[in-house]
Amino acid sequence: MTETTANLADDKAGGKRRLPLSVLPIIELAMLALLLLYPILITYLTAEGETLDFNNYFVVRVTSIILLAMLAVSFDLCWGYSGIMSFGQALFFGIGGYFVAKLSEETGTTSLLVIVPAGMLVGLLSALFVGWFLLISKRTPTIIFVALGTLTASFAAERLVAGWQWVGAGNGMSIWDFATIFGTELEPGIGFYYLAVAFLLIAYLASRYLVRSQFGLALAGIRQNEHRLAFLGYRLQAFKLIVFSFAGLIAGWAGAIYAFHEGFVGPSTVGVTTSTYAVLYGLFGGVGTLIGPVIGAGVIEGLTVILSDNETLKAYWPIALGAVMLVVVAYQPTGLVGLLVSQRERFGSFGVRQGGKSSGTDDTGKATGND
Amino acid sequence: MTEPLLKVSGLGKVFGTLRALNGVDVAVHANTFHGLIGPNGSGKSTLLKAIAGDHFADEGEVSFAGEDVTTMSPAERSRRGLSLKFQITAILPELTVYDNLLLALQAHQSLWGLLLSRSRQRLDAEVMDMLAQFRLTGKAHSLAGEMSHGEQQWLEIAMALALKPKLLLLDEPTGGMSPEERRVTGELLEPIRDYCALVIVEHDLDFIKDICDNLTVLDQGQVLDDGTVAEIEGSTKVQEVYTTRV
Ligand SMILES: Nc1ncnc2c1ncn2[C@@H]1O[C@H](COP(=O)(O)OP(=O)(O)O)[C@@H](O)[C@H]1O
Ligand SMILES: [Mg+2]
Repeated sequence: MTETTANLADDKAGGKRRLPLSVLPIIELAMLALLLLYPILITYLTAEGETLDFNNYFVVRVTSIILLAMLAVSFDLCWGYSGIMSFGQALFFGIGGYFVAKLSEETGTTSLLVIVPAGMLVGLLSALFVGWFLLISKRTPTIIFVALGTLTASFAAERLVAGWQWVGAGNGMSIWDFATIFGTELEPGIGFYYLAVAFLLIAYLASRYLVRSQFGLALAGIRQNEHRLAFLGYRLQAFKLIVFSFAGLIAGWAGAIYAFHEGFVGPSTVGVTTSTYAVLYGLFGGVGTLIGPVIGAGVIEGLTVILSDNETLKAYWPIALGAVMLVVVAYQPTGLVGLLVSQRERFGSFGVRQGGKSSGTDDTGKATGND
Repeated sequence: MTEPLLKVSGLGKVFGTLRALNGVDVAVHANTFHGLIGPNGSGKSTLLKAIAGDHFADEGEVSFAGEDVTTMSPAERSRRGLSLKFQITAILPELTVYDNLLLALQAHQSLWGLLLSRSRQRLDAEVMDMLAQFRLTGKAHSLAGEMSHGEQQWLEIAMALALKPKLLLLDEPTGGMSPEERRVTGELLEPIRDYCALVIVEHDLDFIKDICDNLTVLDQGQVLDDGTVAEIEGSTKVQEVYTTRV
């Protein structure tokens, strides 16, 4: 009874004080469960006859999507959490891929114990380099400047590798060997699938930790009112450069694994098309949530896989996708996840006292006060 | 007398053809409250912004705690102990009141400390203390943007003070407040004198006379007069401006 009064009082005050439950963790867990069960489900569903092939086409294709989802998460860190419009996120993804392709060509390295750190490192360093030029200056660079800068960098890299014989020019580079882990070869299939899930999970949890830390609180402030944060004494550029570089690390890591998974890396992997897809995954799924871009990558790429069976539909798909994106940007800027998650939950709370936990006492206090 | 905490000398600021500030000198001593008054458009906000680094002056110098800060960025000035509360409230409306204050309190922590959330636990007590001091305890978990105008102003003052500044700059803190809220604001400001100086822009002359030690009167970008509250009250120049133009 007291509770009802408290709620009434809150409603009257116009306060959407707290939601009955938080939705994001539920979506996250559901997605994790789906990712873990998918290979088994799809293998049984598509099985022909008695034999079960766990390394089937649908498992392999979705492994690629999971790696693209890592790229989408890295984009979200930039745009959704720090207001850095990175239109060239594939640059770091592709550089990671090219680097390990060259590394394995020259030295025969296939061990993931080398490939993963190598991809991370080149992704980190190249993002640090690009970010240094685009993000560091006395005045805060505009969103447009950063968007054009990253786009141009990605475009230039694509042109560069397309004309550079040393990295296979327009044909790209093939990787003939499978990746290995402790000497065991890792073919595309269910094993690789779960490895990709593990990588996505690690990258996701690290990002989640970052955006919910006190550092993340500063990011939440930056994307609401950058100007104000500067007056509090925050070094905005340092914050942005750190996030941008960390996003580069995740992209480079994903790109390195992606190259081994596909057995190939080509100019379009560093280029504008892949970069644009990263943006689309984010906007479609919902930026500023981390899980949104993962879902966005899943839906967009999943539909591409399904439609690729049908020649006519396949031809119209990019147009349909473009139209859908226009609608999303115009009418649902918070994306799919934004349909389920309130603005308040998207921003989250950062103190040791989370909204729900300690406000119980406040409510009772308020209720008696109002009675 | 000791060197002033803040020394503004010969400050000039031009917007296009408008001379918003013209050779302004102001000196503020530690632990004193300094009022800035003058008609609308006389350059008060412009002066505060030039002191805080929101824009750079075209001529003249700003020195703070013995250091020339004229060309320093706002963040650098803030780290030296200059804290500005904007005329237009600039709290972060989508964050809770608690998080707004935490954001201000943690501003000078190291990047590593923030990444590892090292001070989250420790600052909790400080956040709750400041909320209590500014009568916002019950609002801790409301969104800052959903509070009343007066409460938002208090939150801003609390945020500006959370930086433990040596000098607080307040631009019309009581704008839009009820008389009761104004009175409370005066009470909230009084104790900060122990550790901080204040420059305050305010239209309410009674309010300013109550809390300030010294006044500077601006008119059309120039200092019309300055001195103690008693001196300004007796100044004929000021009387003239205030009776003919307001
Ligand atoms: N950014 C700006 N661009 C152009 N003119 C400005 C700008 N800021 C202030 N001004 C002008 O400078 C003068 C002083 O403004 P301001 O300092 O805001 O006055 P006050 O705060 O005393 O009312 C006004 O005439 C105002 O129109
Ligand atoms: Mg003003």
